[in-house]
Amino acid sequence: MAETLLFNALREAIDEEMARDDTVFVLGEDVGHYGGSYKVTKDLYDKYGEFRVLDTPIAENSFTGMAVGAAMTGLRPIIEGMNMGFLLLAFNQIANNAGMLRYTSGGNYKIPMVIRGPGGVGRQLGAEHSQRLEAYFQAVPGLRIVACSTPYNAKGLLKAAIRDDNPVLFFEHVLLYNLKQDLPEGEYLVPIDRAEVVRPGKDVTILTYSRMRHHVLQAVKTLEKKGFDPEVIDLISLKPLDFETIGASIRKTHRVIVVEECMKTGGIGAEIIASINDRFFDELDAPVLRLSSQDIPTPYNGKLESLTIVQPKKIEEAVEKMMALQI
Amino acid sequence: MVQERTLPVFQATSAKISKAEGLMLYEDMILGRFFEDKCAEMYYRGKMFGFVHLYNGQEAVSTGVIRALRQGEDFVCSTYRDHVHALSAGVPAREVLAELFGKETGCSKGRGGSMHMFSAEHKLLGGFAFIGEGIPVALGAAYQSKYRRHAMRDKSADQVSVSFFGDGTTNNGQFFECLNMAALWKLPMIFVVENNKWAIGMAHERASSQTEIYRKAAVFGMPGVEVDGMDVLAVRAAAQTAIARARAGEGPTLIECLTYRFRGHSLADPDELRSKAEKEAWQARDPIKKFEAYLLEQNLANQEELKDIERRIQAVVDDAVKFAEESPEPNPDELYRYIFAED
Ligand SMILES: Cc1ncc(C[n+]2csc(CCOP(=O)(O)OP(=O)(O)O)c2C)c(N)n1
Ligand SMILES: [Mg+2]
Repeated sequence: MAETLLFNALREAIDEEMARDDTVFVLGEDVGHYGGSYKVTKDLYDKYGEFRVLDTPIAENSFTGMAVGAAMTGLRPIIEGMNMGFLLLAFNQIANNAGMLRYTSGGNYKIPMVIRGPGGVGRQLGAEHSQRLEAYFQAVPGLRIVACSTPYNAKGLLKAAIRDDNPVLFFEHVLLYNLKQDLPEGEYLVPIDRAEVVRPGKDVTILTYSRMRHHVLQAVKTLEKKGFDPEVIDLISLKPLDFETIGASIRKTHRVIVVEECMKTGGIGAEIIASINDRFFDELDAPVLRLSSQDIPTPYNGKLESLTIVQPKKIEEAVEKMMALQI
Repeated sequence: MVQERTLPVFQATSAKISKAEGLMLYEDMILGRFFEDKCAEMYYRGKMFGFVHLYNGQEAVSTGVIRALRQGEDFVCSTYRDHVHALSAGVPAREVLAELFGKETGCSKGRGGSMHMFSAEHKLLGGFAFIGEGIPVALGAAYQSKYRRHAMRDKSADQVSVSFFGDGTTNNGQFFECLNMAALWKLPMIFVVENNKWAIGMAHERASSQTEIYRKAAVFGMPGVEVDGMDVLAVRAAAQTAIARARAGEGPTLIECLTYRFRGHSLADPDELRSKAEKEAWQARDPIKKFEAYLLEQNLANQEELKDIERRIQAVVDDAVKFAEESPEPNPDELYRYIFAED
């Protein structure tokens, strides 16, 4: 076991996959000489050279399309979005070409690529650098969307995402890069299509992902003391959702709370609730509750910013409220 | 009188093509022309749907460039006006027509349609329906060639990647972004602008501050050449130079082909903006007629040989229609197939 910071876990994942398969390469802004804005590609340029760790001009839409073309012709590109928000400029290439081209081409091409980088709210970076983009992308057919949340899953998921033959949007969170955890010495993969049961429980299912996992776990500490026994599930895969794990939990608890960092309107939670109603309505003892961030551009002011996202206290209250409901 | 750009001079006699080459080029242009004429007929007969953009008039560009490539090895990237590029790249007429009919036997399994022709086998990277978005994809294929050669030490990796697009598209950022990256990394890439003077109803000079598109290459430190896009030999010569350069690792080239489409933007376009005089002036420069005259004049072919080709190609096109008509529609049970790599 080696204590590893999350950004280094990601770095190890990329390093190991690049060593294993020479069609894997990284491209993006400042990934080479500079080592990545969050140091996820530190020293890889020296190790693998300029072709495999490619510093691109600031041209998001075009270098994303270029990665699509490279993936179509047999390479396995990993794009680093310096900040995932910048990928709004690449929305066309991500949606039309990464996401849909395989289908449109009737299976002529596959697009094995990973688009990864920092996102999320919490460092007072202002609206444009503190985006919650996962919901924007979830409607695109053909994309897989993954959110990591711990050094352990970050490493295993990224390795699995690189080996996956589909385009994977891989969300990291700016506030989680310095999380520490002991990681196994040997190689391991974490499947990108499976949710993770973080804490088994019987009272209520809390579905969450990315940084909100940690807010949920903070709330759960208090809730445990009060005698509650929630089940915490980290969705990991935001698209497609792992309804096997979600369903098994609902059959046990019959109550669901979604805690998400994206905005409420058209969010991941909205999709989850609709799908739960479709699939598991008869299992529910109460309407699904949704805690989302506010439908506003992320404000700069620290107090306003923290009001924008879901805080642990809100999660405690929601669980208590739900458990108080008489059936 | 229509004000036109002065056409670059090209000494056709310097091209020195063999009889076989001449007949091959002629046949490819005839295929493009007859195929598109059949499409118009089929569209009006309700056999194909959606937007259908025909290529009539521009055949010398597709034939001149693609037929100078290594078929099935070099990459071709098109737009929504992609039927003829697909044909020149070797995709069988049957598969292109079946795709237009929405059939399972189409090159994109009936999922793509007119604007989305794909064939991995023929290294056709696609028909792309949004303007400009194919340019970065072609650039990625070019990067891939260079990557294999240098990072994977594959000496055989010298494939060239060609991206076709229109004059209107050269005002889109992806064009400039990719010119920069292609030149910066000396990629084996060829940018082929089919300047047909119009972007739907937007006249080129109303959209571009510098209308001579080939000049934009110099800013990026790459050669930019202007060719008569109605002269297949001129286009072929420019393409051959660019291909040799790309293969030798010397980097990209921008070729601006001055051409014209003989039909409206799509079959849904009433084509009311372009003047009769302009259309007639360009019709008179029909690339197929021009090349036919050249072949006869140079004694590279006689009338009978050319008629033979036309008969044979008409049969190919008729056979494609029959094939497409008789082909099955996609199986509704496979509605979800091809979303992910596993299906
Ligand atoms: C991103 C995008 N914007 C708008 C359109 C609609 N559109 C289709 S073709 C076209 C004109 C393109 O002209 P040009 O690049 O000169 O190509 P041509 O059609 O003349 O071959 C436009 C505006 C589109 N397909 N994609
Ligand atoms: Mg045009």
